[in-house]
Amino acid sequence: MAELLLQSREVPFRKGLQAGVSIAIGYAPVALTFGLLAKTTGLTFIETVLMSMVVFAGASQYMALSLISLGTSIFEIIFTTFIVNIRHFLMSTALNEKAEDDSLIKKALYSFGITDESFSVIATKDGVQKTGFILGVNIIGYMSWVTFTALGFVVGASLPHVLQESMAVALYAMFIGLLVPSMKGSLKVVYLAAVAAALNTIFTFTGALSTGWSIVIATLMSSVLIEVIEGIKRGNRQNEQ
Amino acid sequence: MSNEVLWLIIGMGLVTYLPRVAPFLLFKGKELPVFVQSVLKNVPYATLGALIFPGILLIGESIWYGLLGAAIAFIVAYIGANVVFVVLSAIIVLSGYSLFIS
Repeated sequence: MAELLLQSREVPFRKGLQAGVSIAIGYAPVALTFGLLAKTTGLTFIETVLMSMVVFAGASQYMALSLISLGTSIFEIIFTTFIVNIRHFLMSTALNEKAEDDSLIKKALYSFGITDESFSVIATKDGVQKTGFILGVNIIGYMSWVTFTALGFVVGASLPHVLQESMAVALYAMFIGLLVPSMKGSLKVVYLAAVAAALNTIFTFTGALSTGWSIVIATLMSSVLIEVIEGIKRGNRQNEQ
Repeated sequence: MSNEVLWLIIGMGLVTYLPRVAPFLLFKGKELPVFVQSVLKNVPYATLGALIFPGILLIGESIWYGLLGAAIAFIVAYIGANVVFVVLSAIIVLSGYSLFIS
């Protein structure tokens, strides 16, 4: 019986680790590049690895590097980080609806590991998600991020330039790999992604919003708009009957 | 390690963790209005759209580099390949493109 219980706890965790393999691979090039850039920016090895361990958010870590090299004040860098990462609020809120009921401590623990990538992997799966599964996905991504940051600091500069360049596509390819299977089954998913992509592109190229806000607003507008349109359509169909 | 960088890392860590953890502390889950719950169910797919575009267009010197990567990833994913395979094929094709074509 005890063994059975243990198994039922371990299986979701192991499945999470498996589902997170694509994240671990996708992070490798991004973290390698971060390690390399941090070194050229003048951070020490410890500082570089510590930043990946404590912050664990790719875009804002890159941004911090370029702000550091521009001589920006600490306060400004921290504020920019907050704006860039505010989108996680939306993701955590959505994930909270999907996650199994569990203690607040466990949720507070795994919420540290919520990223664009882990959220995408967990939230595109059907049904309620187990704590173990979420933890598994987040942990394997975290280990990859920290390990490859360190590796990038040490050996990043010796990677072939062509590979350094092409690895920039990794995370985007992963997002596409996660989105396409859901698109096949549902026109709604196609609309949701297309509208958000179009809005974010407009906001970005017109310079109307900073990157952090742009993703949040585009996502929200698309999610609400498509839901409202679907509601109206459903209402019309009911009226006709 | 300089004190300044240490404070920077701590500050960045705090403001990044805050939006990640806050919803779990604020909401118990399942108590939000039905409409809000439906909107939240849409969020993952809309987020993916916004994360892909326009970011992928800006990874190379011309937008064609990113578009080629997007096209490869789309096709490989459409065939039904695993995400790991999607990522690797996009990297390999773009490396080949840089080496042999441009």
